[in-house]
Amino acid sequence: MAAAVTQGIGATAALSSANSNKFQFTTRRSLSERKGSSFVIRSDGNPRVDLNQHSNRTRQLVTNAVSTKPDSASASTVSKPGHELLLFEALREGLEEEMDRDPHVCVIGEDVGHYGGSYKVTKGLADKYGDLRVLDTPIAENSFTGMAIGAAMTGLRPVVEGMNMGFLLLAFNQISNNCGMLHYTSGGQFKIPVVIRGPGGVGRQLGAEHSQRLESYFQSIPGIQMVACSTAYNAKGLMKAAIRSENPVILFEHVLLYNLKERIPDEEYVLNLEEAEMVRPGEHVTILTYSRMRYHVMQAAKTLVNKGYDPEVIDIRSLKPFDLYTIGNSVKKTHRVIIVEECMRTGGIGASLTASINENFHDYLDAPIVCLSSQDVPTPYAASLEEWTVVQPAQIVAAVEQLCQ
Amino acid sequence: MAQLTRRTTDLLKPFSAALSSTRLLTTTSTNPITVETSLPFTGHRIDPPSRTVETTPQELMSFFRDMALMRRMEIAADSLYKAKLIRGFCHLYDGQEAVAVGMEAAITKKDCIITAYRDHCIFIGRGGTLLQCFSELMGRKDGCSKGKGGSMHFYKKENGFYGGHGIVGAQVPLGCGLAFAQKYSKDENVTFAMYGDGAANQGQLFEALNMAALWDLPAILVCENNHYGMGTAEWRAAKSPSYYKRGDYVPGLKVDGMDAFAVKQACKFAKEHALKNGPIILEMDTYRYHGHSMSDPGSTYRTRDEISGVRQERDPVERIRKLVLSHDLATEKELKDIEKEVRKKVDEAIAQAKESPMPDPSELFTNVYVKGYGVEAFGADRKELKAVLP
Repeated sequence: MAAAVTQGIGATAALSSANSNKFQFTTRRSLSERKGSSFVIRSDGNPRVDLNQHSNRTRQLVTNAVSTKPDSASASTVSKPGHELLLFEALREGLEEEMDRDPHVCVIGEDVGHYGGSYKVTKGLADKYGDLRVLDTPIAENSFTGMAIGAAMTGLRPVVEGMNMGFLLLAFNQISNNCGMLHYTSGGQFKIPVVIRGPGGVGRQLGAEHSQRLESYFQSIPGIQMVACSTAYNAKGLMKAAIRSENPVILFEHVLLYNLKERIPDEEYVLNLEEAEMVRPGEHVTILTYSRMRYHVMQAAKTLVNKGYDPEVIDIRSLKPFDLYTIGNSVKKTHRVIIVEECMRTGGIGASLTASINENFHDYLDAPIVCLSSQDVPTPYAASLEEWTVVQPAQIVAAVEQLCQ
Repeated sequence: MAQLTRRTTDLLKPFSAALSSTRLLTTTSTNPITVETSLPFTGHRIDPPSRTVETTPQELMSFFRDMALMRRMEIAADSLYKAKLIRGFCHLYDGQEAVAVGMEAAITKKDCIITAYRDHCIFIGRGGTLLQCFSELMGRKDGCSKGKGGSMHFYKKENGFYGGHGIVGAQVPLGCGLAFAQKYSKDENVTFAMYGDGAANQGQLFEALNMAALWDLPAILVCENNHYGMGTAEWRAAKSPSYYKRGDYVPGLKVDGMDAFAVKQACKFAKEHALKNGPIILEMDTYRYHGHSMSDPGSTYRTRDEISGVRQERDPVERIRKLVLSHDLATEKELKDIEKEVRKKVDEAIAQAKESPMPDPSELFTNVYVKGYGVEAFGADRKELKAVLP
């Protein structure tokens, strides 16, 4: 097994960043024909090319992956491997690599082309790929999402950008009825490999209509997958995985996380769409979170560690389907669960997750699941009020203390 | 010529056989026949094409056969619905067959057609078989969508038929997306996005039209104006019922949708236009004899006189029949024989479809997701996660 893994990682290391802009146009090959490295990722924490600084466990293979890089010019100038960038740049890098790799990938959205994207995720792409591949649309979410789905039916792989996730409510019919269901109602004739992405979540005093969390509305649509990114590393990996997936994927980004700086590997990597991320292993309580709340949780974790608690923090990443394997293993270990989310209390992701965990792991729970979510109110403009609609670290600390009594 | 054959059948069988075989030769011949469309075309921001259409006896006979088949199929679906073998919604296309048949005659299978829920006949026109059609209607495994779609979700990807959509108007942006993909891959094909007079009032149609015109997409929007949006007459729903003019900056053409040759001419013209200049709107003035669907009697918002009047004066099958007879391509009896043969085919297909089994219960969960990279969804006791980098 170890041999297979090192072989896998060695192969990925060969695709160093030097080649990243010279990828050949590959034609779509069927899964069976694809040559490429395969490696087994175990969710219990072993072999994974994960340079996440939060994890305490050292993994021998991580150092191998880094040192097999041919051009270790990094050794002379920088002490750490990889390159540093902001989250929106990581998204752009992932998108660009996929567009280089497959000529069927195109971007459709408002102001994605000449303007460069309202959050600069698509900056520079229109100059490189032209106006047809990075398409500036008029303000018509319903129909350009429909157009993307129609194009996907013929084999293109569009990436639809909603300037703000809230605007995609206008395209709900297309996303629900056509995107999610066409594969099923056509008896498998059509595949809809679209990626629908955009920033959502509560920002800095953006007002009620621009601070929406749409995860809860989309979660019951059959046939789609939902993922939420939270770091530059998983943003790039999830973007690439979403584009390569044959299913429609909705990628939730967060307005406040775009400027997070992180060091990511130079070599190409793709993350698994259905896997959760172990942020901080622990023993006392499992804290499940995603997107921006991960940072509030980590802040609370610092306080908790000082107080003597050992929380296990898992970033669930995959909002549909839930990674019940990772979550289940954690519940079996700690027997206490807190869900911290930014979604609304009623009918949110936390509500579904609570039901899911109760159904599957009821015997392992020592206490009822605590779900901390945003208040069921439209997000107010005033800064102090806005702060209290979302979960704050102090509330998380208090909840853990109460649960672990 | 016809009288001669009638007399000879009484006297000399071999003679008549020889004579009928020579007439068969003319029916399968490709000698051009010129036909005039019933009405001239009306253009909006465009010069309409001429009324004269070239056709061949072969094409005329195939029009008759195809339309008779479609008519028979829809009537059979009506009886199947009343016998509760077809459930849910069933929207029938009889009266509008000329649009389906005329359009097919002008295009290839590489061009795409997308339509709304009144899709049975267009599916047949695109090469679908009767068995697939009836099996899907009855929810059986042999249906074109494996029984999981139903009347409103017929698709045939390999022949360029993209369905089959239940939500009114949602197929038009999809159709513009198909045209976008055609422009992206630079294949010289067009997309026909069909919708009704009711859907013509949807906002997404104008959004999609704006984008199609902006980027010169090879999209042809076809409004099948049967004058009623379910129970609402067009003058009660639209301030401007001239749907071909509604595109404003996009040229439009008004076509008599009950005349298959007018439809054929318009579609050919539209295809040439779309490949060069971008979108164009075609309004097909047509009529449906049945109600909106099988749950609608169709007589509460229109008079029976109106329906029978249209049937007498404008019926598309009758028009082709008159043309065939006037050009001596077949006798009355032969046309009746064709209709009988068609009826037999339809009955056989129904019998075969009735034999087809219901889908397996495991089919409930197939085709929700495409299996492939990163899509293995495991439950609580998954042991190992495998990811294959393509």
